Amino acid sequence: MFAEGTEAVHESAGWFLEHAWLIPVIPAVAFFLIIFFGKRMPRGGSEFGIASMLGALVLAAGTAFQWIDRVNSAGHGGEEGEHALGLVSGMGRAVAAASEEAPPHVDAVSKVWSWFSVGNLDVSIGSYIDGLAVTLLLLVAFISTLVQIYSTEYVRGDRRYTHFFASLTLFSAGMLTMVLAPNMVQFILGWEIMGLCSFMLIGHWWEELPNAKAALKAFFTVRVGDMGLLVGTGALLMLFGTLEIGEINNLAANFENGDKGMLMFAAIALFIACIGKSGQFPLHTWLPDAMAGPTPVSSLLHSSTMVVAGVFLVARLYPVFHVGLDINMLGQDVNLIAVIGGITVLIAAGLAFVQDDIKKVLAYSTVSQLGYMMMGLGVGAWTGAVFHIFTHAFFKCALFLCAGSIAHTGSHHSFDMKKDMGGLWRKMPVTFVVWIVSTAALMGIPFIGSGFFSKDEIIDSAKYNDYKIFWIVGIIGAGLTAAYMTRATYLTFFGKARGGAAHFVHGDAHHDDEAHDEGHAVAFAQEHADLDHEIDSHAHAAHDAHGHDDHHAPVHHGKPLPFAPTDSAWQITVPLIILGVLAVIAGYLNAPALGIHWFEHMTHSSIGAGSAMVVPPPPKFTWAAAAPGLLLIAVGIGLSFFLSKAVFGDAKSPFKGLTQRVAPLRWGHKFLVNKYYLDHLYENVIVRFVAYPLSKAAYWVNQHVLDGTVNQVGLAGKRTGQFVYKYIDQGLVDGVVNGSGTTARGAGGQLQPVQSGKVGMYGTLLFGAAAVAALILVLVNS
Amino acid sequence: MLASDIVVAQNVAFGIIAAVMVLFALRVVSSSNVVHAALSLVMVMAGAAALYILLAAEFVAVTQVLVYIGAVMVLFLFGVMLTRAKLGRDADLNNKNWAAGIPVALLLLGVMVYVLIDGLGDDKLDVTSGTAASTAAISDLIFSPYILPFWALSFVLLAAVIGAIVLARKD
Amino acid sequence: MLVNQFLILGAVLFCIGVYGVLARKNAVMVLMSIELILNSVNINLLAFDLMNGGLEGSVFALYIIGIAAAEVGVGLAMVLLIYRNKKSIALDELSEMKG
Repeated sequence: MFAEGTEAVHESAGWFLEHAWLIPVIPAVAFFLIIFFGKRMPRGGSEFGIASMLGALVLAAGTAFQWIDRVNSAGHGGEEGEHALGLVSGMGRAVAAASEEAPPHVDAVSKVWSWFSVGNLDVSIGSYIDGLAVTLLLLVAFISTLVQIYSTEYVRGDRRYTHFFASLTLFSAGMLTMVLAPNMVQFILGWEIMGLCSFMLIGHWWEELPNAKAALKAFFTVRVGDMGLLVGTGALLMLFGTLEIGEINNLAANFENGDKGMLMFAAIALFIACIGKSGQFPLHTWLPDAMAGPTPVSSLLHSSTMVVAGVFLVARLYPVFHVGLDINMLGQDVNLIAVIGGITVLIAAGLAFVQDDIKKVLAYSTVSQLGYMMMGLGVGAWTGAVFHIFTHAFFKCALFLCAGSIAHTGSHHSFDMKKDMGGLWRKMPVTFVVWIVSTAALMGIPFIGSGFFSKDEIIDSAKYNDYKIFWIVGIIGAGLTAAYMTRATYLTFFGKARGGAAHFVHGDAHHDDEAHDEGHAVAFAQEHADLDHEIDSHAHAAHDAHGHDDHHAPVHHGKPLPFAPTDSAWQITVPLIILGVLAVIAGYLNAPALGIHWFEHMTHSSIGAGSAMVVPPPPKFTWAAAAPGLLLIAVGIGLSFFLSKAVFGDAKSPFKGLTQRVAPLRWGHKFLVNKYYLDHLYENVIVRFVAYPLSKAAYWVNQHVLDGTVNQVGLAGKRTGQFVYKYIDQGLVDGVVNGSGTTARGAGGQLQPVQSGKVGMYGTLLFGAAAVAALILVLVNS
Repeated sequence: MLASDIVVAQNVAFGIIAAVMVLFALRVVSSSNVVHAALSLVMVMAGAAALYILLAAEFVAVTQVLVYIGAVMVLFLFGVMLTRAKLGRDADLNNKNWAAGIPVALLLLGVMVYVLIDGLGDDKLDVTSGTAASTAAISDLIFSPYILPFWALSFVLLAAVIGAIVLARKD
Repeated sequence: MLVNQFLILGAVLFCIGVYGVLARKNAVMVLMSIELILNSVNINLLAFDLMNGGLEGSVFALYIIGIAAAEVGVGLAMVLLIYRNKKSIALDELSEMKG
């Protein structure tokens, strides 16, 4: 494969690069197979989904290898001898020499067919492969594969098992289509497919009202932003006359004298779409609610892949935003993207502190990290932001899958950290280790987690590119991240086992409580027998099959009792372990601290530079620059651990219930619990003051203008009748045609019922008025 | 046949078709029997299809027969049956003030006829030399410059299908 | 032949349709009258097509046929729903629109 690729690099780009369009086609075909034949398959269609994702993954890996090869051969200016070693040397090389000179520009490999043409505009469909696209392709295919494997166990026995896999597969097809898009139309196509799948998957258990509501909320909130995508694309078309992403980037990067206002407008409109999709500040409220979906969905769509679509759009069309919003311009301390990103980092991190639901903590953490990515793009740290997409996907996906694993076999399908978790670290060792490693990555602890390398580069660039405010935001955010993750970790894995996590006597420590626990468990089973989701019974059955019967399992009401917290089946643990490993090592692809700039080298040409656009190179890493951030992280962890232990731990402590006792803290807590009252603002204020007056105005128009007009016509008729009767009839003709007055009066009276609410009458008036108006027009013009 | 003969033949055909269409159209709006009205509508549709052939638009004519006479009319008859309108005479088909429609329609007609005669006078329509519109040419138009309306139409049809199911479903 | 032959026929059908929409009480009959109106438009489009030597009229006539099908489908579904709720499809009994 390598030999073949290197030989033909300059003539043909290589088979995988040329045929990358197959990657989304495979899951798309699989989607239809699942829909039509899934129910008849022994594994309910999941085999199609997993097979297609594996196929896509193989192709994506091939594409990635050939792309690496392409970049390396471009970098060496055609020295054939080094190519074969390109990958190997690139992976581990301390690219000191290569990073000092600017990385070579490598053209994207584009393969397009004409899709349709409207007027002069040819819209194509196909693939556009560059470093950015390859990164996302690999990421989406890889994580989708793992999540689908995980789901076979997690949603086993679900009522809509087949549809679940169909939606997951269609989602992957949509995301891959978007990532590959050579033009905005294909981009929008993929973007909308993802939105649809997100809606279907959040509402997967729509029988419960909150889930259906969350699905609708997600769909409509994102739709608000999607309008921006359409408007922005239209603006780009007007400005550049093309929808091809490569051309748009080129034209925008070299944008020197043109309608700058229009470019800014396009950038802002597109950014609104990103705000909606990536859960940025004013529209972030849908993302935590989206956790109503099954955990694999939260893991795949709402943390690692779909929600980065907005960030991806900014990265993809970076010249449009960079030039349009004056990023990195002299004297520009702030810009829209950085501001929104920065606000999102802080407010979401603040919200993560008051969540009891482990998935909500992770959701706000996702929002916060997406804020980092946006902020990174806003301060010119393109590589850092894109690399953060890459690393974040692994560790956040791992964290969510851990949460799912805990709920699946640890806490009896509860995500409530305060009620149903605690002390799980001994019982779920695999989950615990993966969680700790991923948490370290999320916090940005050097060398243990990949998050350090990407997040630090963003923070560092903010300082280096003269965005002091965002540097401060960045390090404070890092401290907050460390703190809320410590809290969540403490609540979940340490302390005393509570609720769902404590139902079984497990080990010697609780031996004395056995009788009590058993009684509790029976009560629990009764209480939950009717509430539990259908999935429960299957999960229980699965657990019996997995050999947990050796813990005493008295049968009550013919239903197995809740099981002891334990690690899940291999379908769950294997993806966890893989992701955990990647959460550690993925960061070493671009570790400025070690002088590794490999990822930057591979993706650099996607930034799209031109004469009007100079993106500053990432700053040189120094430990001194990283120190404040690291210090805050350490403080965050320490403080949070101390407080968590004091507040949630066993020992009596003056900190317990502090938020209830001290008024300012209570207010702050309430403010956070109510999500800064944003939902309140949207639902009770905006909707009331926008939608309600609108309907009221419409009603008023109907009552006063429409009916009033009709009424006035009637009245006028009546008055005419009276006038005729009074003056002409009585005054002039005086009694000769006495009847005519009465007739006229009658006509007036007759016209009043015109305001009847009867459709037929309204129609007659409408057409009559139209005919009269036409007549008048004709007479005037002739 | 001479060209002039063709013109005469066409004029005769037009006259017959037009007379049939107007007559049955009047029956559609005046019949007191719903089923008769529906069948009269079939005749009007058929007349329209014949006119399309006269206007050298075979494909549209075929579509008219397929969609209107084939599908839409069946829908109408189902609608009539399902709403249990009396299959016989039903004197109560008109509004109370139905007569108000007559002046409005006549006024509209007057305005339009005046405008047409005033505007187009005696512009000739050269039916004899008109080449029949090839279906291939129409499809080229539909699928390239007019693809967006085509998609919009597809979307409208999809929405209509879903909407009709949702509306008519018994819960 | 004259263009006006077709156009005036279209106008006549249109006005008959308008009369039907205005005069009829039965909802199904109103829908039928709307079909008359749509057909008259199609006749005009095709006549203009031949007059100008283009094909766009045919294209849009086809679109109108499609739209008409959708309209009848939804319209009849609505009529069915109204019938189910009110046991009547007389439009003048639907006075909810009165303010």
